[in-house]
Amino acid sequence: MTDTILRMSGITKTFPGVKALQDVNLEVRRGEIHSICGENGAGKSTLMKVLSGVYPHGTYSGDIEFDGEACEFSGIRDSEHRGIVIIHQELALASNLSIAENIFLGNEQSKRGFIDWNRTNHAADELLRRVGLAESAVTPVIDLGVGKQQLVEIAKALSKKVKLLILDEPTAALNDEDSEHLLGLLRGLRDEGITCVIISHKLNEVMSISDRVTILRDGKTIWTADTADLTEDKIISGMVGRDLEHRYPEHTPSIGEEALRIEDWTVYSPTQPDRALVRGVNLNLRRGEIVGLAGLMGAGRTELAMSVFGRSYGVNITGKLIKDGREIQARNVREAIDHGIAYATEDRKRYGLNLIEDIKRNISAAGLTKLAKGGWVDGNEEHKVADEYRASMNIKAPTVESIVGKLSGGNQQKVVLSKWIFTDPDVLILDEPTRGIDVGAKYEIYTIINRLADEGKAILVISSELPELLGICDRIYTLSAGRITGEVARAEATQEGLMTLMTKEEQEVAP
Amino acid sequence: MTVAPTNADLAVGKGPAGAPGGKAPFKLNFNLKQSGIYIAFALIVLLFTVLTGGDMLAPQNISNIIVQNSYILVLAIGMILIIIAGHIDLSVGSVVAACGAFAAVMMVNWDLPWPIAVIGTLVFGAIIGAWQGYWVAYFGIPAFIVTLAGMLLFRAITLMILGNKGIGPFPDEVRTLANGFTDGFLGNIALGPLGGADLFSIIVGLLVVAAMAFVQYRARAARLKYHQAVDPLWLFITKVAVPAVLIMFVIVQLARFRNLPWVLVLLAALVVGYTVVTNRAVFGRQIYAVGGNLQAATLSGVKVKSVVFWLFVNMGVLSALAGIIFAGRLNQANPTAGNSFELDAIAAAFIGGAAVQGGVGKVVGAITGGLIMGVINNGMGLLGAQSEQVMLVKGAVLLAAVAFDVWSKRRTSAAR
Repeated sequence: MTDTILRMSGITKTFPGVKALQDVNLEVRRGEIHSICGENGAGKSTLMKVLSGVYPHGTYSGDIEFDGEACEFSGIRDSEHRGIVIIHQELALASNLSIAENIFLGNEQSKRGFIDWNRTNHAADELLRRVGLAESAVTPVIDLGVGKQQLVEIAKALSKKVKLLILDEPTAALNDEDSEHLLGLLRGLRDEGITCVIISHKLNEVMSISDRVTILRDGKTIWTADTADLTEDKIISGMVGRDLEHRYPEHTPSIGEEALRIEDWTVYSPTQPDRALVRGVNLNLRRGEIVGLAGLMGAGRTELAMSVFGRSYGVNITGKLIKDGREIQARNVREAIDHGIAYATEDRKRYGLNLIEDIKRNISAAGLTKLAKGGWVDGNEEHKVADEYRASMNIKAPTVESIVGKLSGGNQQKVVLSKWIFTDPDVLILDEPTRGIDVGAKYEIYTIINRLADEGKAILVISSELPELLGICDRIYTLSAGRITGEVARAEATQEGLMTLMTKEEQEVAP
Repeated sequence: MTVAPTNADLAVGKGPAGAPGGKAPFKLNFNLKQSGIYIAFALIVLLFTVLTGGDMLAPQNISNIIVQNSYILVLAIGMILIIIAGHIDLSVGSVVAACGAFAAVMMVNWDLPWPIAVIGTLVFGAIIGAWQGYWVAYFGIPAFIVTLAGMLLFRAITLMILGNKGIGPFPDEVRTLANGFTDGFLGNIALGPLGGADLFSIIVGLLVVAAMAFVQYRARAARLKYHQAVDPLWLFITKVAVPAVLIMFVIVQLARFRNLPWVLVLLAALVVGYTVVTNRAVFGRQIYAVGGNLQAATLSGVKVKSVVFWLFVNMGVLSALAGIIFAGRLNQANPTAGNSFELDAIAAAFIGGAAVQGGVGKVVGAITGGLIMGVINNGMGLLGAQSEQVMLVKGAVLLAAVAFDVWSKRRTSAAR
């Protein structure tokens, strides 16, 4: 049966300044499980949002043909009406409502304007049986684990007479048992004739469940192939096969003593305290060295970094921090800063900057006590310091009294870096330091990182962009499902090699 | 916690990034939102002066406005700090009553010396503030709920202390603080057609103005030494001269009536002190950081919980002070004292330019906001307006002030 249920052709979607999708083609056959693979930022989620009407017709160019008809969705209700349902990575359930209420949210089973609870709960029970969830339909969703919530989402999709089910990273937050159950369920749905599109980073899952695979890279379709003809290595090379250009400044490291060693570091999720996000991580950073941390979304990169930085994320954190050969305690952010650790967040607008304040007050925010005598800030000294950073970091703003919220992404990032450099740290953890900034500013950031390393600081760079890690790091750790799965020196690192380690399943890892 | 771009500045007349010829770059920063409040205040005063045929600015009336609003202004100082940090305090009216009652019990029933009773009352206020600060900062209950509960709790405590009747009278010293004036230490001076005025008050006024000018001048000199941009000399002189003239005008009027009210002296000290703290102290800066972006402040090593806790303690102490002033003014601690004071204090803060999301606001702004409401009260009273009409106008002013804030934000974020 080679009946095509979905044909997307020539899809191009631009955001201001970025071409997220460029002439993308996707063909999905009726009754197959089709995987879409690609690096973070390759355009997978954008493509699915175009398909489901999150980006309505007119905001992109290209054609969508579903079930033999051309489609111009004006919104998500429109696409759901046609039988296309998307389940996002962040589940969209109302946690205080019951399972049944969630399943029929927006689609209430009513009689003369009042909800028919018998029919609602009965129909919900039926759907729960289909997805293999042994819970009563009246249970509040808040009492369910993530795996079961995922099943509720699927039940909700089934209630809408779904023909094409799209799952964005369905197993990213699940444990092995729940993942296995979910994949089995999807196979069962396929046999019932429901077509699935899955976005996944877990290549072993992709190989085991999907009939065909499409690779996206840099917003373009690379190829589509039958899984039977594929290997994980082929998928990896498709995902990363990009030329390394001269986008990185030359740098010869002079590596010194070990500055920070993290031993047996384990962190549990604050919302699911039985789920370990970081498991027994060991790594070390040396002065003058730029170390990379590679991992796919959900691997635990930010969780690791923030838990090290004064336990600002996670619960039940165990493990040792050894700074300059001595064990240290960093129980809160202040202590971490006092021990010479700095962390520049991946989300500078939410966690890094006070956008309504000016440049100088943002730069001084973490090191204010250095500008103060007896609790009083020397405003003139603060201005002078900020002005020096404005010059040395090349922050493009008329004065240091410019409001940070009005700066470009690159300049905001330079303010964040200035703030942390001003605390005079020995160890700098930079989480996605070039996210959302343009190529020119990226080069400047790389130059700054190199300069900091030359000043003898130990630097850990977390990045989703493998070329970036390969371009600037002296050594790269890979993280997968909370575990370090590899440590590769710059000379031996390749994108394919790293991607293999990043998608490695935990049972393959030597303990 | 919202992190939407909430910059409300309207920079008009942008100067060049760097003026040629090595001169410090000059940028006239006309901040409509922050200057707007002072302009509005001036216009409102002018309006009532015209409508009342000059009675608004008569010596006795100026004195009345200050004395009658002093306790609200004291509360507004504490309130704006809490609002800057992104919280709210609905309990201050009840805390004022409870502290007034406690002060009365100590001074009248127990016959304690008044300085000890005053200190005891301030400590009592601090304990109340610590109680609320604990629930907000460390237990994590929204301030709205904690202080709503506090509103009931401390009113109940007031009633338990006073049992439905007032306690008084207060010692003379306390009444003087609330209601009294400085003595004419140096006798009177003739001011031509204005008649006699208290020389001491005028000397104090001149000293204050001189000190203000000196401090401003020193700050300007220091900025110049650091090669920072400063206002051109004419603008600098204007910015010093206009407030100086206004202060001298008020002082002369007061000197012609009954000299300086002691509460004005106290208020002036509080305004100066809290302005310096918010501008220059590490603690003051942390208040703005917490309100501007809670997560960023936490990740910058600010002990967010402790900042919020101490803000509530501070609010408690200022409420106690307001409680003493209010009870002293009535010469009686009253079970219904302080009713709806919290609303006046909150309104003062928002009219004075605080942002609903936190992170923005000035002590002087809150004082101006409080004075705007005081002037409306007083002016409409002089015109013989009914209390419902006064309420109507005050409500409209509050809504207009916050609407202006929201509008200017939307405008700046749309312009981006």
